[in-house]
Amino acid sequence: MKLRFLSIFAAAALLAACESAPSDTGAKGGAGQTAPAASAVKTIAPGSKEDFVANVGDRVFFDFDKSVLRADAKATLAKQAAWLKKYGNYAMTIEGHADERGTREYNLALGEKRANAVKEFLAANGVAASRVKVVSYGKERPVALGSNEAAWSQNRRGVTVLN
Amino acid sequence: MSRIRSLAALAATVLLGVLVSLPAGAEVRIDITRGQMKPLPIAIPDFAGAGPQDGRVGADIARVVSADLERSGLFKPVDPKAFIQTVASLQVQPRFPDWKAINAEALVVGKVEATGDGRIKVEFRLWDVFAESYMTGWTLAAAPADWRRLAHKVADAIYKRVTGEDGYFDTQIVYIAESGPKNDRKKRLAIMDQDGEGHRFLTDGSELVLTPRFSPSAREITYLSYYRGVPRVYIFNLDTGRREALGTFPGMTFAPRFSPDGNKVVFSMAEDGNTEIYEMNLLTRQKARLTNSPAIETAPSYAPDGSQIVFESDRGGGQQLYIMGATGANPTRISFGDGRYATPVWSPRGDLIAFTKQKGGQFFIGVMRPDGSGERLLAEGFLVEGPTWAPNGRVLSFFREAPSDERGRGQSVRLFTIDLTGVNERVLLTPLDGSDPAWSPLIP
Repeated sequence: MKLRFLSIFAAAALLAACESAPSDTGAKGGAGQTAPAASAVKTIAPGSKEDFVANVGDRVFFDFDKSVLRADAKATLAKQAAWLKKYGNYAMTIEGHADERGTREYNLALGEKRANAVKEFLAANGVAASRVKVVSYGKERPVALGSNEAAWSQNRRGVTVLN
Repeated sequence: MSRIRSLAALAATVLLGVLVSLPAGAEVRIDITRGQMKPLPIAIPDFAGAGPQDGRVGADIARVVSADLERSGLFKPVDPKAFIQTVASLQVQPRFPDWKAINAEALVVGKVEATGDGRIKVEFRLWDVFAESYMTGWTLAAAPADWRRLAHKVADAIYKRVTGEDGYFDTQIVYIAESGPKNDRKKRLAIMDQDGEGHRFLTDGSELVLTPRFSPSAREITYLSYYRGVPRVYIFNLDTGRREALGTFPGMTFAPRFSPDGNKVVFSMAEDGNTEIYEMNLLTRQKARLTNSPAIETAPSYAPDGSQIVFESDRGGGQQLYIMGATGANPTRISFGDGRYATPVWSPRGDLIAFTKQKGGQFFIGVMRPDGSGERLLAEGFLVEGPTWAPNGRVLSFFREAPSDERGRGQSVRLFTIDLTGVNERVLLTPLDGSDPAWSPLIP
């Protein structure tokens, strides 16, 4: 009974992970932030922070212990760069995060590498580095609970937070 | 601050210290290096007190001494209900047959009395019951509020006399107290005595704090704080309650540790996606870069003589342990086993390096010699991490985190201690969840 419960949750989480993979549904990747997207049609103003989160996608995901950008991450970041060039008034902080399957200090370093990989991609695509700060949270700020790959894959992320 | 100064001054007031030579074979003795040994039965009656107040303190002291020795795994306090001789008559002379009859091999006789100047004086003697001989003892005076420290000092003296090793009971542990769900975790710097007593929070939880470590004086703590959203190394002064940033750096600073002389802090700085190890001289405020590689270099820890630093690096592909000179010379890999090695911490004795290991989806706490030989794994779990040494280099503390489900159920992070034989693992009780323990040196 309990096991069946768990597997349903795992399936749901996996589904969420899959949805986030294609570049055009980046907003769904923002686990827990699907509420704004649901009401996107009537309330979200173009150029707003909500627009960025819901229609561009504020985050990209990484493979275990890796800081290289995957193809899906590059697609999301290309959209971010285009949006950020159009709305040049925003400064931003890139948060780098790790899953819980590493030691604390190593994960802080890994999160910083991930955040910088995002920053460098945005810079290479025309977002001035002077607009961008990075901060690593290591394994301290997971978005998905659960000690399983479905949660970990959501937590290994770089998030572009508009200031 | 005043209580520390008064104790330090009074530590010198050792009034008694008679040594009696014993026939070698007959002596009560524990060989600490043997695993699975039988704990030594020891009787610890209440310390005698002149009045009701002193009597209460005497009972409390006996309880703390007993708990310290029991938790070491090396002693087995005899149940006081079995005692035949009374506390009052003990003050005259131990009746050894009464203690042999209940199989107590060692006996602690103590008393507490008020001094004329508002302090308390604690006296104790350790007896070898079967040899019927005196082993050690002293008299110390301190402010009444410091009775716990006096009790821990009694336990330290007994531990040292019986094992030949320094004790570790008059010490503190600083750690991170945790509360709230994983995705909104509140973390606070907290400090307590090594037995969990005297607990207090040092920060209020408004900012994320991680990885505290004591200075050699045990009066300062270096740690990572996200104060105002910027992760930086700070130094917290326990006497003044003030904290200051280690310095101004272009990147995130983290993984700090004091040098053994307290004059330097070694730490990592991450800048533009590359983490290197630096040192900051606290006297000259000069900083120096000690590593230079495109890989992650972090978790530095000095050898007790300050001449070398052990650290982790993934320059070879995965996390492994390396040793370099204190100025960064000749980095040499020392770990070659299967899996990943992290968080190396050099023993205060210099003979071993403790580490966290990841292999096959599990985490381990282990030790190896500084040349990488003699690896032994002491603890295992879904996540065990962050070993720290008791000052005698015979006991480690670490934290253990349980896996949780999608709703966060099962979530728990606790502090543990384990001896070097790996036999005596104990939970270290804390008011909230706890992680990142750091054991102090013996309190000066």
